[in-house]
Amino acid sequence: MAREITYRDALREALREEMDRDERVFLMGEDIGAYEGSYVVTRGFLQEYGRKRVRDTPISELAIVGLANGAAMGGLRPVVELMTINFSLLAMDQIVNHAAKIHYMFNGQFTVPIVIRTASGWGQLGATHSQTFEAWYAHVPGLRVVMPATPKDAKGFLKSAIRSDDPVMFIEHSLIYRNRGEVPEGEYLLPLEGAEVRREGTDVTIVSWSRGYYLAMGAAEELAREGIEAEVIDMRVLRPLDTDTVVRSVQKTNRLVIVEESWRTLGMGAEIAAAVQEQAFDYLDAPIARVGSVEVPMPYAKNLERLVIPGKDEVVAAVREVLYRDLAAAR
Amino acid sequence: MKQFDSGGVGIETRATAPKGLTESDLVRMYEYMVLARSLDERMWLLNRAGQAPFVISCQGHEAAQVGAAFSLQPEKDVLVPYYRDLGMVLYFGLTPRELMLSLLARKGDPTSAGRQMPGHYGSRKHNVITGSSPVATQVLHATGIALAAKYRREDTVAWTCVGEGGTSQGDFHEALNFASIHRLPVVFFVENNGYAISVPQRKQMAIENVADRAAGYGMPGVTVDGGDPVAVYTVAREAVDRARAGGGPTLIEAKVQRLTAHSSDDDDRTYRDPEELKAERAQDPIVRFRAALMEQGVLTEAQDADIRARIKAQIDDATEFAEQAPYPDPAELMLHVYGS
Repeated sequence: MAREITYRDALREALREEMDRDERVFLMGEDIGAYEGSYVVTRGFLQEYGRKRVRDTPISELAIVGLANGAAMGGLRPVVELMTINFSLLAMDQIVNHAAKIHYMFNGQFTVPIVIRTASGWGQLGATHSQTFEAWYAHVPGLRVVMPATPKDAKGFLKSAIRSDDPVMFIEHSLIYRNRGEVPEGEYLLPLEGAEVRREGTDVTIVSWSRGYYLAMGAAEELAREGIEAEVIDMRVLRPLDTDTVVRSVQKTNRLVIVEESWRTLGMGAEIAAAVQEQAFDYLDAPIARVGSVEVPMPYAKNLERLVIPGKDEVVAAVREVLYRDLAAAR
Repeated sequence: MKQFDSGGVGIETRATAPKGLTESDLVRMYEYMVLARSLDERMWLLNRAGQAPFVISCQGHEAAQVGAAFSLQPEKDVLVPYYRDLGMVLYFGLTPRELMLSLLARKGDPTSAGRQMPGHYGSRKHNVITGSSPVATQVLHATGIALAAKYRREDTVAWTCVGEGGTSQGDFHEALNFASIHRLPVVFFVENNGYAISVPQRKQMAIENVADRAAGYGMPGVTVDGGDPVAVYTVAREAVDRARAGGGPTLIEAKVQRLTAHSSDDDDRTYRDPEELKAERAQDPIVRFRAALMEQGVLTEAQDADIRARIKAQIDDATEFAEQAPYPDPAELMLHVYGS
């Protein structure tokens, strides 16, 4: 049975169910115990599961992931938390040079079943605390990169990530933890692949993921009021990347807008656009538009920050652009 | 046991069996040392003949590696080596044939089926964990393996090796700190040959002994003559026993020599004084141990000749076996990118 809960509670439910199911699953990270996690995802876990299974660590991101890799080879299923994706850079060597490659380098002798939970996001946090790096990890064969937007997906993907034999970058978003949605009770697993068409439309396709999905939906609703029907696709998983779903949609709508929170240069949007021009070149009636952040380190001041991060208005404007609406109005 | 409180390598080598070892164990130690050296020399030969793209050497480290390895139980302990640990992986059961397959990147290479560089030893069935090329990353894996062993209440000790060069990495600090906080069953073994490729120890750290750092983590630290396998064994055994008994990690530093260039891609004449190398060669651990064994009557000339003949035949066989083995199958290129 499904009921409405928050994204945060969906994550907690997934963690709890998997910890109850499998003694090998344990949590490790900075401030996840007594402090209950920087985004309070692990509230009550220390009391419930004890120090053996909920481990506070020193401020050592490299060690958190490096130990998880070792513990995974030692037969456990570590779920580690890196406070934000900005700090994952300190563990990049263990993620990219180890977690992603051990299975291949060992010719299949060892798997590295780790889940790295981390949060993307921003909100007056400054240049080194507001970044969006899913594209960096999605670049690497051997990793799975999941970025759920809805509470239901958060639960289904996290449970599957914990059971997967592959290393999974599980990227949450600090601004959607309180979002509510229907989530199935009990066992609910989603395969770690596949985009989803969340809204059907005929005039334009808007693609996004994580918090960007809500921007896309907001824009689609606004555009519907002026008679533009947008198809909205939530990519959900960025490696493997389901470009087939996007291509099918573009074959129907002939226009594409990609919304991402990161810088556009060499980003997920560039990759999706490349795939679409390779597979649906003849279907495009307008150049593909990408909505992303301004290419600048994030400033702290709120008014400046707002200039950097795309909002719903930018998405609406991009849709009008690919539909040549402003040009038509000008004539 | 000869321990140092200031740097330098001793020249005494004992050949009397310590607690836990018999005289025949000493001869086996010697055999492993000679096997590692001879195999290593053959690898260089194959490299210079254009058959092996890359060699990275154990020469000068054999006594430290074999002495340490004898303190472990390969059937239940886990070895997380670094690229010089030919002597250790031989003791853990990798064969000269398997190691030659790895050197020549052939299909049957048990580490990786030709996916890893030579020297990046690994084999699940032998409890040996392969690493990557950035140095010191393996010390974190060993600590994680120790964490898993403690979590599962298994009687396993994780043993990891790193050069003194690797101890400058943050990985080393983070691993030792974590291991000590949680008293994990892991031993950190630093093979200090005085060089990080071309950078001498005095430009890597402002201290004489890496083991002094142990105090900063709240764990025992020992510096030992890495040219004396019995001394290394004694120190290692104590650390392994402590780890197995729940007493936590130990940092051991074995002072060794690097008798070759860093790797087959390196020419150390550009940065190394030939006199220094000559002095190190005079303290070759195999020569030292052989002399000590003979002096104590544990090894005879005839036995030694027999050991060397057997090893030569074994290496000839391994070379021929690997040279005739097929290359990896291109159809398997994409195999094992993902595990599920």
